[in-house]
Amino acid sequence: MTGILTSGVGDRSGGIGGRVAHDGVDISHRGILYLESISVSFDGFKALNDLNLTIDAGELRCVIGPNGAGKTTMMDVVTGKTRPDAGTAFFGQTIDLTRLSEPEIADRGIGRKFQKPTVFANHSVFENLELARKADKRVWPTLTAKLDSTAHGRIMAILETIKLTSEAGRLAGLLSHGQKQWLEIGMLLMQEPQLLLLDEPVAGMTDDETMRSAELFRSLAGDYTLVVVEHDMDFVARIADRVTVLHEGHVLAEGSMQQVQENEQVIEVFLGR
Amino acid sequence: MAVSFVPLSTTAGVPHFAWLSSRGGLAAIALAAVMLFVVVPICNLVVPAGSTFHLSDYWVTLGGKIMCYAIVALAMDLIWGYTGILSLGHGLFFALGGYAMGMYLMRSIGRDGVYQSNLPDFMVFLDWKAYPWYWSFTDHFWYAALLVVLVPGLLAFVFGYFAFRSRIKGVYFSIITQALTYAAMLLFFRNDTGFGGNNGFTDFKRILGFPITAPSTRMALFVITAAALLGFLALGRAIVRSKLGRVLTAIRDAESRVMFSGYNPLWFKLFIWTLSAVICGIAGALYVPQVGIINPSEMSPANSIEIAIWTAVGGRGTLIGPVIGAAVVNLGKSWFTQTLPEYWLFALGLVFILVTLFLPRGIAGLWRRRAS
Repeated sequence: MTGILTSGVGDRSGGIGGRVAHDGVDISHRGILYLESISVSFDGFKALNDLNLTIDAGELRCVIGPNGAGKTTMMDVVTGKTRPDAGTAFFGQTIDLTRLSEPEIADRGIGRKFQKPTVFANHSVFENLELARKADKRVWPTLTAKLDSTAHGRIMAILETIKLTSEAGRLAGLLSHGQKQWLEIGMLLMQEPQLLLLDEPVAGMTDDETMRSAELFRSLAGDYTLVVVEHDMDFVARIADRVTVLHEGHVLAEGSMQQVQENEQVIEVFLGR
Repeated sequence: MAVSFVPLSTTAGVPHFAWLSSRGGLAAIALAAVMLFVVVPICNLVVPAGSTFHLSDYWVTLGGKIMCYAIVALAMDLIWGYTGILSLGHGLFFALGGYAMGMYLMRSIGRDGVYQSNLPDFMVFLDWKAYPWYWSFTDHFWYAALLVVLVPGLLAFVFGYFAFRSRIKGVYFSIITQALTYAAMLLFFRNDTGFGGNNGFTDFKRILGFPITAPSTRMALFVITAAALLGFLALGRAIVRSKLGRVLTAIRDAESRVMFSGYNPLWFKLFIWTLSAVICGIAGALYVPQVGIINPSEMSPANSIEIAIWTAVGGRGTLIGPVIGAAVVNLGKSWFTQTLPEYWLFALGLVFILVTLFLPRGIAGLWRRRAS
């Protein structure tokens, strides 16, 4: 993680500049994620077909689309789980995601929440956050790691954010579904990522929890870049800066929620032809 | 004994009941140390043979043997109980450590063998004129001791690197380890491999100049084994309580989340896997001078499966559990093989079934259930 940092960062105001200067993702041209002409096929089925997608730093982008549109595959490509057959994926101007492994990508600052909440069931909530915390994650430093007061403070702050302070000592496996979703989001935040990919983050949440999630995501946007895949259209309408509609592995439309809703092709795909 | 009934992970920074029981754990370890380092030696060497308190050499040897098994079970627990990787080839690492020590013990026989040659009897029998190259320097104890660590360690490292890099998991990994130990057994059965074929190594005379069957030598080996067991317990405790230990358990429970949290599971698995193999090798090296024989049957698939049974019976994911499991099963084994030899395997199978059905957390789970 050497200083790949270049110009253009200093003159951006707000939290992004400082965060980026610390982490070294080059967002000098506004964009933080560039997917160009990405194609992925599984046994002949084209999960992604010439996908082009650019996400600006600090925005909250929602990605919607029918089942099988390639939303999850797109996240797999970005996080290194799936290698594209063709196309390029860049994080900032310089980091080629197609050449990095999952842990390396996570370490560069991309956090991912799975569709099914995935936390460490036999560890306490506190320990889940401790393990996720940004740190030197090689074997030896991990063996000798000690929790200092800064780290402790950071964990307590995140516990506050995800409203799990009172559950800190509880085993994560004993949390409710919604709490697990929040814990996983908290774990992502502990990684101090630039970019958060959230796959159906409010699935299975109560209305109240969904509402609070919307507030949380809105408060994160700006400091972080968020890409949210979601089926709940009310939720999308409430939080999204911009919406991308995927269909058959391709971008069908992009714009504000209203623009997308008025798009003829989108109406056709969603309401049947 | 309370030490291991602390939850797998002890919490950093959050109030937790765990530290309460660690004091009891330390007391238990201190008590065990006094028993093993003071009481047993006195009862065996000082107390006269007629006395009620005399401990016969038979029990000393059996105790030493069981402690070696306990070390192996502990090593198995680190990789299986804590990291979720079931090895069915740990007998191989144990045997390799035993063979490395056995080479030194064979060299120490000198000209006291049946054929009164510089070479071990089996080499004379094969009409070999000189030691093969890989026997070089094995007459030096410290070199042999180095091999005890290096041979199982290197094999585990190389094997583990390729297996974990290819993301081989679960039952596939178990089967491959089983095949590995089986292949090694076939190799060691061959006379021209140079390790004594199916007879292996035996008839040792001395170790570091001391007669190997003398009561004082036996007692020294017993005490060293006890020290090794307590040392590895302390090491295991330090590891599972570290952040690395929590990462290992996290790999067991949700490996993909570990990866997407920025840890590369490959190196963590490789670390604990190699360490586990080295610990087994050391246990094997302590075992061979005490039982006086090492042969390829130690590498048989059944032996490795038995190691897994000790661990499961005692309680996976606790440190003291596997030690208890190894002791209980092997005491049972030595009783059965004397009184009802033909029923031992049935009894072992039954124990395994009963434990799986009624004690999924093993014997150690009984305490934990009562505590909670």
